[in-house]
Amino acid sequence: MLNHFFTDPIHLAAAQALVAGLMAVGMMLVASWSGIHLEKEIVIALLRGLVQVVAVGAVLLFIFDGPTVLGFVILAGMMALAAKTAEKRARGLPGAFKVSLYGIALGGGLVIVLMTWAGVIDTRLSALIPLGSMIIANSMNATSLALDRFQGEVRSHVGHIETALALGAAPKTAVRPFAQAAVRASLIPRIDSLRSLGIVWIPGVMTGMLLGGSQPVHAALYQFVVMAMILTVSGLTSIISTLLIAAHIFTPAEQLVLSATD
Amino acid sequence: MTSLPTSSSPKLETRGLTRAVEGKIIVDHVDIKVFPAEVMAVVGPSGAGKSSLLRLINRLDEPTAGAVYLDGVDYRQIPPRALRRRVGMIMQMPFLFPGTVAENIRFGPRQRDEDLSDAALERLLTRVGLPGFMERDVARLSGGEAQRVAIARALANDPEVLLLDEPTSALDDDAKAVVEALLNEIIRAEGLTCVWVTHDRAQAARMGDRVAVMEDAKLLRIALPEEALNA
Repeated sequence: MLNHFFTDPIHLAAAQALVAGLMAVGMMLVASWSGIHLEKEIVIALLRGLVQVVAVGAVLLFIFDGPTVLGFVILAGMMALAAKTAEKRARGLPGAFKVSLYGIALGGGLVIVLMTWAGVIDTRLSALIPLGSMIIANSMNATSLALDRFQGEVRSHVGHIETALALGAAPKTAVRPFAQAAVRASLIPRIDSLRSLGIVWIPGVMTGMLLGGSQPVHAALYQFVVMAMILTVSGLTSIISTLLIAAHIFTPAEQLVLSATD
Repeated sequence: MTSLPTSSSPKLETRGLTRAVEGKIIVDHVDIKVFPAEVMAVVGPSGAGKSSLLRLINRLDEPTAGAVYLDGVDYRQIPPRALRRRVGMIMQMPFLFPGTVAENIRFGPRQRDEDLSDAALERLLTRVGLPGFMERDVARLSGGEAQRVAIARALANDPEVLLLDEPTSALDDDAKAVVEALLNEIIRAEGLTCVWVTHDRAQAARMGDRVAVMEDAKLLRIALPEEALNA
């Protein structure tokens, strides 16, 4: 209906945003009528979200014409921020920021470079930045999940780990089953997403491409490409992060520094 | 402080062994000499520092001061894995790894790329009273059986010194008697040098050639069992 009134794409998008916003305000009024008073929070969240996303859009508009190298600089900055976020989940693990940064930079960086080199990701910043950020975000989630799970596994199996050490095992052998469990745990959500792809849900990239007028089969294949990249980066990052963190939880004399009670 | 003087050099010796954690001293300047084939029982109330002392001897924790000597060599000069192969440890809980009894017993030798033969494995199992248990899943063992597998697993490394941290305290009375008798028989037959930590004074008297009494992180005395426990 809106496209009957607006021909300019920006005006049309603004009108669509207004309709979506009004729908959320309608929900807020229903909630308020039910005695759930979140008016202030909802209004602030709607306005903040709108301003932030439009600001990012404006910045992207400005930099999309920039050189490819600028894209890699921006992605490197995103990796550092992602490592900082992953570190918060891994509180209590020594060297968590460094390990997260190396994991995300190596795992995410490798996938971005390989996919760009193979031509799967376009070197234009309009493709490189959104797809790169998607890879980095998934890399961050995988690191957070893997480190959190690894810490939990180690702390609940201190006796087994120290028994292995007391039998003359190398630290990496002593923690191997727990590192494997952590990687497995970080990959399960990605595998489930791939398994239910197209049946239970149609993810963002495909939805966006369909809305943008792409041919459905083309959109579907590209969505698969994105999901496969996400699975790869999740696996690579969690393997690198757990391998690196496993070395940080032992002293040079091969003593476990994490305790069961911390 | 030491009674029962012997003419041989100590197999294991701690000199001024100390560990502090966050400012609290949990082992305070402990000097112990354990001679070849001797069983040193370490007794004391909960929190006396007995288990912390064993962890220091196996170098699972690092001393804040002092050192441990194995055959007169400062143990910091021995690579940790080689040290732990020579100084075996049996803990209060068996902490068996998921899998079969055979996989558990082969674990230690496998760390040095050695494969224990089926015959050698069966000999170890017979030694701990579990013949034919090789392929048994460890999840299906009783507490006493699990601890006997843990003993066989430690023995598979052919240790020179055996550290025992309350090895029978998590078992019921029947299993406790069986495991204690079994350990006594193996230790005496193999001539193993042992440090046996227990809170049970009667067990210390039964098992120890000498008894070290600890309290509040300090070593109070070392003497023959009767003398040490009745002082």
